[in-house]
Amino acid sequence: MTATLTAPAPAPTPTASTTAPNSVARTVRHAVALAKRNLIKTWRTPEQLIDVTVQPIIFLLLFVYVFGGALGGGSRHHYLQFLLPGLLAQGIAMGSVALGQNLNSDIEKGVFDRFRSLPIARSAPLVGAVLADFFRYLILCVIYIGFGYVLGFRIETNPAAAVAAVALSIAFALSFCWISVYIGMVARTSGSVQGIMFLLIFPLAFGSNVYVNPATMPGWLQAFVHVNPMSQLAGAVRGLTVGGTTGSHVGWTLLWMGILLAVFVPLALRAYRRRA
Amino acid sequence: MTYAIEAEGLTKRFGDTQALAGIDLAAREGTVLGVLGPNGAGKTTAVRILATLLRADTGTARVAGYDVVRDAQKVRQNVGLTGQYASVDEDLTGTQNLVLIGQLLDLPTSQAKARAAELLEWFDLTAAAGRPAKTYSGGMRRRLDLAASLVGRPAVIFLDEPTTGLDPAKREDMWDVVRSLVTDGSTVLLTTQYLEEADALADEITVIDHGQVIAHDTPDGLKRIVGGQRLEVRPADPDRLDEVRTILDAIAEAAPESPGRGVLSVPVKGDEALAAAVSRLSAAGISVTELSLHLPSLDEVFFTLTGRHTDPEEVAA
Repeated sequence: MTATLTAPAPAPTPTASTTAPNSVARTVRHAVALAKRNLIKTWRTPEQLIDVTVQPIIFLLLFVYVFGGALGGGSRHHYLQFLLPGLLAQGIAMGSVALGQNLNSDIEKGVFDRFRSLPIARSAPLVGAVLADFFRYLILCVIYIGFGYVLGFRIETNPAAAVAAVALSIAFALSFCWISVYIGMVARTSGSVQGIMFLLIFPLAFGSNVYVNPATMPGWLQAFVHVNPMSQLAGAVRGLTVGGTTGSHVGWTLLWMGILLAVFVPLALRAYRRRA
Repeated sequence: MTYAIEAEGLTKRFGDTQALAGIDLAAREGTVLGVLGPNGAGKTTAVRILATLLRADTGTARVAGYDVVRDAQKVRQNVGLTGQYASVDEDLTGTQNLVLIGQLLDLPTSQAKARAAELLEWFDLTAAAGRPAKTYSGGMRRRLDLAASLVGRPAVIFLDEPTTGLDPAKREDMWDVVRSLVTDGSTVLLTTQYLEEADALADEITVIDHGQVIAHDTPDGLKRIVGGQRLEVRPADPDRLDEVRTILDAIAEAAPESPGRGVLSVPVKGDEALAAAVSRLSAAGISVTELSLHLPSLDEVFFTLTGRHTDPEEVAA
């Protein structure tokens, strides 16, 4: 995986760095090295994983045993089948908050000054942090489905569809988290990153089909629920794990991923460049 | 003559604060340029512009022969930066910190590891190499931070207040490192509020205050511009200080001051004052433990240039 191995590219001189300072291969290599740094940090402070390990368990217990009887019309099992895919979608949004907070505190501590003074692509530290987040989302999916199984959740489709549900969730997570990266760049403190992100996530999480069937909601709210990316992801995961409408939800989810990436990646990079 | 660092007319404004009001800096290859000034003078802003972390509002700068805006990536290939606050990654070990920088500089992992080990050895951090940097003392962090800026063997090194907060022994160690970097051919730009430090290390000193250059010269030249020499006398018997005062009063053009207990200091025109003082003191039968002629200290230089003393509390902070 060295530059020379991956450099049959048009670069006229052997040192890619002098002529093609930001070739894609180099940037990917740098991002991977920086992702490793983020993983080491997580490994040293495992309490950073609470939001993708303990929190999902609490949500499942709370909504299945406290609210599940009332919301599920008597059948806890049916409600769990309905709820779990939605909670997974919501957990992905909430799990992205830590990314922006960590980036914000890295910048405050001056660690990023070092990266900025190196001849690497400006985007590499941000892309690296997003890559490292992959593992957090994987853990989140495993915990939700694993603990869900303990409570009685069952996949009613097939293993391949379930794997696709996890893959789609993580792919959506890696798109959605650029909002958090952007907020991390523009917010003044890491505490305010959390405040701003929750302000955004709560309406998305509750104004959705995650907890209840939107048929009981007023028409204007149903319209919001329908375009809400959280509903679309929840719908897609539901379809892939327990059956029902799938294709249109997957399509909407992919469309939202494209929109999120197209809007927030450039915004985040620009904010990072401007942040002195 | 080749300049490794050349800046002309740099200005930078942050909101209402004019951090830089048009400064020029120049450092010849293989020398140390000391940028001296109190807190808030604009030193860090200037370094951040030269190290491509920040863009100047107006003005141009070339570092290692490249324009800091047009050829920023080329500049980054040739500079090392050690910030005012050691920017090491606390959760990573000493080795991991340096290997990461090596990888980002496109060294193969084996070379990055070898370079990390070499630098850790040089900075006396080998024993702590496997510990997370958060367990390091302040001095160890500074050394690791400096090591991180040297991974790529940069031709130009920016040291932004590298010894602030270090105890005197650690400061001397850091000075030795700077000297050996220059011996190896690097150019160093060092910002400091320690006058002693600029005097000890710099070939030339630029004094800045409120974002402007207020003086530029060699340490000795600067001292010469600002004032003549001073004659300092410490009588063996402190009770005879008043007699000494009368003698100095007669040969100097200003009233003697007392820079410390039992010492008198007076500005004089030339070397003949020394001879005059010796003959008059011996005629009066006053023996002295100290009799010296020296250039003003940089603190005195600063006072003359800005009308203010460097604030000792800020220096200690």
